Amino acid sequence: MSALLALFWRDVRLAVRTGGGAGIGVLFFLIVVVLMPFAIGPDLALLARIGPAILWLGALLASLLTLDRLLAADHEDGSLDLILMAETPLELAVAAKAAAHWLTTGLPLVVATPLLGLFLNLDGRTGLAVALTLLAGTPALTFIGLIGAALSVTLRRGGLLLAVLVLPLTVPVLIFGVSASNAAIVGPLPFGTPFTILCALTLFSLVIGIFAAAAALRQGME
Amino acid sequence: MRLEANGLACIRGGREVFSGLGFAVAGGEALLVTGRNGSGKSSLLRLIAGLVRPAGGGLNLDGGNPELTIPEQAHYLGHQDAFKPSLTVVENLGFWSRYLGRAQPAPEALAAVGLAGLADLPAAYLSAGQRRRLSLARLMAVHRPVWLLDEPTSALDDDAQQILVRLMRQHLANDGLIVAATHGPVGLDGTRELRLGAP
Repeated sequence: MSALLALFWRDVRLAVRTGGGAGIGVLFFLIVVVLMPFAIGPDLALLARIGPAILWLGALLASLLTLDRLLAADHEDGSLDLILMAETPLELAVAAKAAAHWLTTGLPLVVATPLLGLFLNLDGRTGLAVALTLLAGTPALTFIGLIGAALSVTLRRGGLLLAVLVLPLTVPVLIFGVSASNAAIVGPLPFGTPFTILCALTLFSLVIGIFAAAAALRQGME
Repeated sequence: MRLEANGLACIRGGREVFSGLGFAVAGGEALLVTGRNGSGKSSLLRLIAGLVRPAGGGLNLDGGNPELTIPEQAHYLGHQDAFKPSLTVVENLGFWSRYLGRAQPAPEALAAVGLAGLADLPAAYLSAGQRRRLSLARLMAVHRPVWLLDEPTSALDDDAQQILVRLMRQHLANDGLIVAATHGPVGLDGTRELRLGAP
């Protein structure tokens, strides 16, 4: 357990230090959201209607930004070799790494969402509702991305392949995340149904993600 | 303690690197793996470390902890140092100490490799030789009976080579065993040599 905590805190520390990229995700998210009204025009009703979708897409792309370094950095400096050799099960090690990634990339997006919602004419309550769906859904993005990160770990430029691999798999999360947000704003669907499915998707990807990533790493290290 | 290999074969990228390789190293012994570039020295070490799957044959460690695999009882010092440039020297060493199962990082390990004064420096500012010294500190900080060293003397100055020899002697005296891939003498007496053929 202390080994996993050590790995988790090391990754958190690396993310917030120089070149770690924890703040980059939020900045990217901010830029995407701010650019949207310029592209779409000052139609406030339209912005409010597609606002949750924009926030979700922005969060999806922002969480992809740092995923390619999640395992590749450890592969390049040899840390992954030692992690593979150690007594700690690889599944738990990648889970600890993914948890640290979510804490430094996903959670800041959730926190920024109510504020960025104001740019899209979403009032405070709506912004909070979207933030709640992101809180439930962004872990799924990290854990699905973990599989892509493990598959592309040995490639020098794995980031592009990772995006191509991961984005199609995130479609269900996107659908239920946006529909839960919309349900909270306009109805008539109840909020609970899509939100529960979103939570289920997160739990599902958590389990699948760590086992698939560990299997991919074991195969791919050769 | 005794590490035995029987009929080991290794295939990398569809090419046979070596096959039918057998050796035995007992506790207190060092095996130097020599051979030309590309003869499979590093592959053999990675194979023992469990990072490459053997195409044939097997490894056996007698007298170790039966509940642990060979890689879990081994230190692997590869070409890369596994240190993060943005963490300080002591943070890097502390992380690996904790990850490899020691609650407190050993403060004497840094002093032993001559890095005590640089403990709070980010590892990015270390020279290649200093990074290598830090790797040696990792060997010291956590006990593992099997040491797999891939060209341990590279980038080390005379002083650091002396430290390495002292560490290896200490390890052998504690009934540890060493498998080292090397091009030159490492300064140990009574080592055995395993010469890998050219491809």
